Amino acid sequence: MSVLVDEETRVVVQGITGGEGKFHTEQMMEYGTNVVAGAVPGKGGQEVAGVPVYDTVEQAAREEDADASVVFVPPAFAGDALFEALDAPLDLVVAITEGIPTQDMARVNRQLRETDTYLVGPNCPGLITPGEAKLGILPGNIFSSGNVGLVSRSGTLTYQVVDNLTKRDLGQTTAIGIGGDPIIGTGFVDALELFEADPDTHAVVMCGEIGGEDEEEAARYIAEYMDTPVAGFIAGRTAPPGKRMGHAGAIVSGSGTGTAESKIKALENAGVPVGDTPEQVADHVEDLL
Amino acid sequence: MRLHEYQAKEVFADAGIPTPAAELAASVDDAVAAAEAIGYPVAVKAQVHVGGRGKAGGIELAESESEVREVADDILGMDLKGYTVERVLVEEAVDFVNELYVGVTMDRGEGKPVAMVSTRGGVNIEEVAEEDPEAIAREHIDPAFGMHPYQARRAVYEAGVDRDIANSVARVLQTLYQVWEDRDGSDAEINPLMVTADDEIVAADAVLNVDDDALFRQPEMAEYDEEGEFSEDELERKADEYGFDYVRLSGNVGIIGNGAGLVMTTLDLVDYYGGEPANFLDVGGGAKAERISNALDMVFSDENVDAVVFNIFGGITRGDEVARGINEALEQFDEIPKPVVVRLAGTNAEEGMEILNADLVTVEQTLEDAVQRAVGYAEEVDQ
Repeated sequence: MSVLVDEETRVVVQGITGGEGKFHTEQMMEYGTNVVAGAVPGKGGQEVAGVPVYDTVEQAAREEDADASVVFVPPAFAGDALFEALDAPLDLVVAITEGIPTQDMARVNRQLRETDTYLVGPNCPGLITPGEAKLGILPGNIFSSGNVGLVSRSGTLTYQVVDNLTKRDLGQTTAIGIGGDPIIGTGFVDALELFEADPDTHAVVMCGEIGGEDEEEAARYIAEYMDTPVAGFIAGRTAPPGKRMGHAGAIVSGSGTGTAESKIKALENAGVPVGDTPEQVADHVEDLL
Repeated sequence: MRLHEYQAKEVFADAGIPTPAAELAASVDDAVAAAEAIGYPVAVKAQVHVGGRGKAGGIELAESESEVREVADDILGMDLKGYTVERVLVEEAVDFVNELYVGVTMDRGEGKPVAMVSTRGGVNIEEVAEEDPEAIAREHIDPAFGMHPYQARRAVYEAGVDRDIANSVARVLQTLYQVWEDRDGSDAEINPLMVTADDEIVAADAVLNVDDDALFRQPEMAEYDEEGEFSEDELERKADEYGFDYVRLSGNVGIIGNGAGLVMTTLDLVDYYGGEPANFLDVGGGAKAERISNALDMVFSDENVDAVVFNIFGGITRGDEVARGINEALEQFDEIPKPVVVRLAGTNAEEGMEILNADLVTVEQTLEDAVQRAVGYAEEVDQ
């Protein structure tokens, strides 16, 4: 079992003709992902990596029965691409694009609430069900199949934590990179809900970072609704207030909200052990299983 | 990006929000000429990106030519929390009876914009929000429709603004929202919005922060960004040129990595193992050799740095490219200026570790080991 994606997922790649889009389509297919189409306005009729390209997402969904998309469209056009994917409609949309204007995402977010689609991202590495499918840019070779669910706001930090897990034979059901922007689709709580409902996920790792209050909200959810044990990690303990640490969403506000301290405390109060290092996170998972 | 006060006021004034008469000055003589043209009293205000300018001595009132000369001389060239003041705004001092607050920002939790009004303007609104959240009226806006006029009125009445000026304040709020939306604002704020004895309202200060990710479609804001760069930290300016996400900190362990979360974690580990991070530097995804070499150049030019830790976990970034960049950068030196510890993992990490010139760098296998080694080097140099 897994959440959101498996070997059956039929994927359309939006922006498949661009450099990134083409490269990662090939990588995804090599991993085993069932990529069935591409969608790029004006490029209908072409073929990339052996799959047909359509002018619209709707055509791709209709002709190839696609139910998920991965978006590599440049930031200026990505908001529009997300609206198109929501309108198709698809079950799952994974937005890899970094740098989408926040106000565009506020409009997308508003539309998202009127659909049943899961949006993962933007500005995320995507998600992977090891051994079955990956939708995004995660390096497949560091993952292995198992019983640990993982949800993270950061890409490379996910790889680091997964690497520590895999090296100890702690494989994963599904790993989801939800992205580091201020406004994202699937949040921690949505992902935790999915893992809680998945019988094969026996423990969950949650990697948060400074900024916003999503980790605090997740802690409340864990305390109230989760039986599956959760281990945590929070990046940005040493971040000074008012400075954006790379991710648009990773900023401690002047009034002191969004600090690592507050998030760690909230998680620990919810019974979630929080590692000081990625290695310690793997220790905690071992203890929980 | 943050606009300076004078820039934000230009944008607000163009949109129809009343602002005091003002002129920008870069010298004492210019400041005096500006004050003479505007008429006394004037406020002389440092134009730097620093909060709490008033308390720090960056804003002074002047009632005569000699006073303007004196305060402008004090403020120009002064160091305000690390920033040198190179320009002042000389502005008509408003005779007010009341100070309000109006602002628009993105509420991350709700995923939608929120407009705010308070009758407790003139002070740090974040403190008001903490001590007395009821004192701020909030109105969430549906981004599909923008702000309806009734929402502006509702926020103003909810905040308890005097009925005589409620309509004018609502108009200002509506305009502020429009500016925020049209200019891809992240925050737009007027604090204080001054009320005079004859019920005129004037924006005595102005904040407009623009979404960096939207600058591609905001050419005028991007111009303001260039024009306003005069007082930035030199290293942060260099990072802009190279296109790095960079934040300068006060420690002596330089940090370079890929991906915001992993770089933050590397900073945290430096602290955890008893060191002090000198910076946050994210080279981003897929960095090629030249970018890696630029990153090293950045961190080497920070005189506080005593040792460097390079932590790359390759997804789309390739270990061999990174290794080549590190070699290229270090081979230029007769003597390596500061010890460099490298840890590579992920895509092509093995190839990378073979390529790395072990005479020039220390190679470690794990993140924890690499950080401890760099902290150790920095301590040795420090002694």
